[in-house]
Amino acid sequence: MGGTDRSGRLVRPFTLTGGRTRPSRADFTLITTVTTVDPQPETGARPQPEHLRILRLCERPMAVAELSARLDLPVSVVAIMLSDLLEAGRITVRAPRSVTTPDTDLLQKVREGLGRL
Amino acid sequence: MAGSDTGVRASADGGAPDTVKILIAGGFGVGKTTMVGSVSEIRPLRTEESLTMASLDVDDLDGVEEKRVTTVAMDFGRITVSDDLVLYLFGTPGQQRFWFMWNDLALGALGAVVLVDVRRPKSSFAAIDFFERRGIPFVVAVNGFHGEHPYPVEDIKEALTLPEDVPVLLCDARERESSRDVLIALIDLLIAQAAATAG
Repeated sequence: MGGTDRSGRLVRPFTLTGGRTRPSRADFTLITTVTTVDPQPETGARPQPEHLRILRLCERPMAVAELSARLDLPVSVVAIMLSDLLEAGRITVRAPRSVTTPDTDLLQKVREGLGRL
Repeated sequence: MAGSDTGVRASADGGAPDTVKILIAGGFGVGKTTMVGSVSEIRPLRTEESLTMASLDVDDLDGVEEKRVTTVAMDFGRITVSDDLVLYLFGTPGQQRFWFMWNDLALGALGAVVLVDVRRPKSSFAAIDFFERRGIPFVVAVNGFHGEHPYPVEDIKEALTLPEDVPVLLCDARERESSRDVLIALIDLLIAQAAATAG
């Protein structure tokens, strides 16, 4: 069994989040898209270096999974930092397209896009 | 309605595209990342999720849970379908002990591709079972060994005891067009199901 992954690799990221392990707000799924607000609000605390990296990466919309890969941080850690940035009004987020009801238009669009590959 | 919802969000999110995802599942080493990579417009990226699992044999009375942290890696790729729609492909973690991870991954997915290794079809049983039980639409794609397919589709279908309505395709996960055709087969299944639901 696993369970031996309690290495420094995991400990350090959580120091970035003030010891919290859950987002305080909003649900950041793997394909939730994040965009940096431009111009940035001038009020509030100055973002930490890791937060600034996120803001730079999301100048163009970027999905949470991609952000996590590019920052080389676990999704759960990135989600907490994103909660901070969202609360500070520094990013906007877009939830994934809902797929609970079948949407033929959406599916056709995907099919056409794949056909062009 | 969903329509007005979308409008409101679109004005507040800096023009971010809609996103959807498809899962590429199957046993360990079956070629999931290969398939993701062959159709993705970016080199597959790896993301890690650290999961805290409460241990099963917890003594509730003392209120202290023993927790273990485990890390699961997922490879994923991206296909820009249009200006305002991006499709993500996620390879599910192959190791059996990470099956619990799939629940989160499966949430909100359009559907799944279950890759089957022609030499070890049984290694994908768990994936088939997972999607069947949850009613998540999937197609089965048999990945050849060096592109070779020694068995006809019917034999594989029988070996996997698949329901009649699950499409089975032969593919070569290394080939872009082959992987693309598997994804299109999944979308066609979804369109057919949507049409049936609409009655």
